[in-house]
Amino acid sequence: MFRDRRCAHASPGQYVMLWLPGVDEVPMSLSSIGPGVLCGVSVERVGEATTVIHQLKEGDLVGVRGPFGKGFTPSKGKVLLVAGGTGLASLLPLAERFKALGGNVLMACGGKTRSVLFGLERLRSLVGSESLVLATEDGSVGVKGLVTEVAARILDESGFEAVYTCGPEPMMRVVFELAERRGVPTQACLERMVKCSLGLCGSCMIGRFRLCKDGPVLSSVQLREVLDEFGVFTRGFDGSPIWY
Amino acid sequence: MQVDLRTEVAGLELRNPTMLSAGILGMTAKSLRTVWDAGAGAVVTKSLGLKPREGYPNPSVVDVGCGLLNAMGLPNPGVHEFLKELKVARSGNPIKIIGSVYGGSSEEFAEAAKILSQGGVDAVELNVSCPHVREVGVEIGQNPELVEEVVSEVKKAVTLPLFVKLSPNVTSITNLALAAERGGADALVAINTLRAMAIDIETHRPVLGNRIGGLSGPAIKPVALRCVYEVSQAVRIPVVGCGGIADWRDAVEFLLAGASAVQIGTAIAYRDLSIFKEVASGLERYLLRRGHRRVGEIVGLSH
Repeated sequence: MFRDRRCAHASPGQYVMLWLPGVDEVPMSLSSIGPGVLCGVSVERVGEATTVIHQLKEGDLVGVRGPFGKGFTPSKGKVLLVAGGTGLASLLPLAERFKALGGNVLMACGGKTRSVLFGLERLRSLVGSESLVLATEDGSVGVKGLVTEVAARILDESGFEAVYTCGPEPMMRVVFELAERRGVPTQACLERMVKCSLGLCGSCMIGRFRLCKDGPVLSSVQLREVLDEFGVFTRGFDGSPIWY
Repeated sequence: MQVDLRTEVAGLELRNPTMLSAGILGMTAKSLRTVWDAGAGAVVTKSLGLKPREGYPNPSVVDVGCGLLNAMGLPNPGVHEFLKELKVARSGNPIKIIGSVYGGSSEEFAEAAKILSQGGVDAVELNVSCPHVREVGVEIGQNPELVEEVVSEVKKAVTLPLFVKLSPNVTSITNLALAAERGGADALVAINTLRAMAIDIETHRPVLGNRIGGLSGPAIKPVALRCVYEVSQAVRIPVVGCGGIADWRDAVEFLLAGASAVQIGTAIAYRDLSIFKEVASGLERYLLRRGHRRVGEIVGLSH
C-alpha cells in the first residue's frame, strides 16, 4: 500500500510503474484505489523486484509513476468477472466500482491451488458469497477444475451484458471465445513487458495496440484484431516472440 | 499552384519529408505499419545488432519535463529474428523502411547491415552511438576515425542508400560528419541523443537503471538545429534533421537550416501519431503561402 494523490483517482484496470531504486521499475495493476490517497498493488514473489517489494516495511520509499493505461468500462446489467491467479488484482477495484454503482455482479475466481487465491474476504464483502464461485485445479477450495469451465457454465445462464477478465493470457482467450459464442462483449486486461510506459518504445505491443496507452484493457472489437497473438504468443525483453 | 511534398534523399524516394526516428515504435511489423499508415514518409526500425539484447533494467525512460531521458540499452531480437518482422511489414501496400543497425566493430556493423539489406529494407541507417567492443568505454560515434572505418566497411557490404546518424556528444560534429562522408555515407542524420541524467532527491539515486542515458525532445532542438546548420554547410551529402521536432514550424526551421527531411520520435509521446499528418499539412500550407512548389526550394535558405 502507498499514498499517491494521482493514483487514488485511477480507474479499475489501470496500472502503475513501481520503482525500487537500484533494482528495477515494474508495472503493477492497482488492486486497491482509495480510500483517500491510499492505493495498493498485490504482488506475487517471482523474481528480484518482487522479492524486494515483499521485503518493504512501512515507511520505506517506493517510486510511483502513473496511473497508466485505459481501464475497464463498467456496464449496466448483469456482468461476469472471471479472474485467474494474480489477475484477480486488476479485477478487485472493478468489483468495488460495481458495488458502489449497485451493479449485478457474478464472479468466478480460480487458480492452481488455494494458496494462490488472495483477498477472498474482501471479495466476499464486495460481491457477496452467493455471487462468488471459486475454482482450484487441485480442488483445495471451491470447485475442482478450471475457472474457464466454471465461466462456461455460468455464461450458459443467459442475460449477461458483459464479461470482464484478467489472468493468464491463454485463460483469457478461452473466456473471450466463450463470451463471443454467446454474443457477450468482453473486456480483457492484458499484460506485456512494459519499459517506457509512455507509448514510445513498442515493447508492450499486441498487434497495433500499445498496452500502456490503448490498453491494458482491450475490448472484444480490439481483441478480434489480434487473434493471431492473443493467447498465442507474448514477447520477451528483446522483442522476440515467446509462445504460450 | 500545387505543392508537391515528395522528396528524394540519397536515392530514397519519400512521399513527404518526415520519418519515424529509430527506437520509437519500431520493434514489430505491425508497429512500423501503424506509423506508416499515420503518414510518415519513411519509418526507421529499432536499432538491430547481430545478437539479441534485452536492454537495460528499468527505469529506462524518464520524463524530465523539457524532454525525455532514455537508457533503453538497445533491446532488440537481433537482425536474424527481425527478418521475419520485415517480411510481414513488407507484405501489403508499398512502405519505405530504413533499417537501423549497430555493432561493436566495423565487421559487426557490416554484417548486420548486409543481413538487413538482404531482408528488404529500402535503406540502412548506422547507429554509431554504441560502445566499441575492444576499446572499453569508447563510443564509436565519438571517434571520427572509427566512424570513417565503420562506414567504409559497411559501404563495401551494402549497395542500399547509407545513412549515418551522428552523435552530438563530441567536440566537433563537423569533423564527425566529414569523416562519415569520407567513409562513403550517402546521407547524415543529425542528431542522436545528448548524454544526460536525472537524480532522485529523496533516495539520492540516479533515476535511470543505467544511470546515464540520452536526452531527446524539445530541450535538444536548438542543439540539433545548430548541428544541422553546421554539418549541412560542411558536407555535400544530404542531412536529415532529428531532435525535438514537435510541429510543422520546427520542421520548417530544420529545412531552412539545411535538412532535406526530418525525423520525429519523442514528440509522439506528447502529440501521438497524428503528428506526421500535422507536420506534412502544416509544411504544405507554409510552402503554398510562401510561393514554393517543392520542399527542396527551402532547404538551406538560412545559410
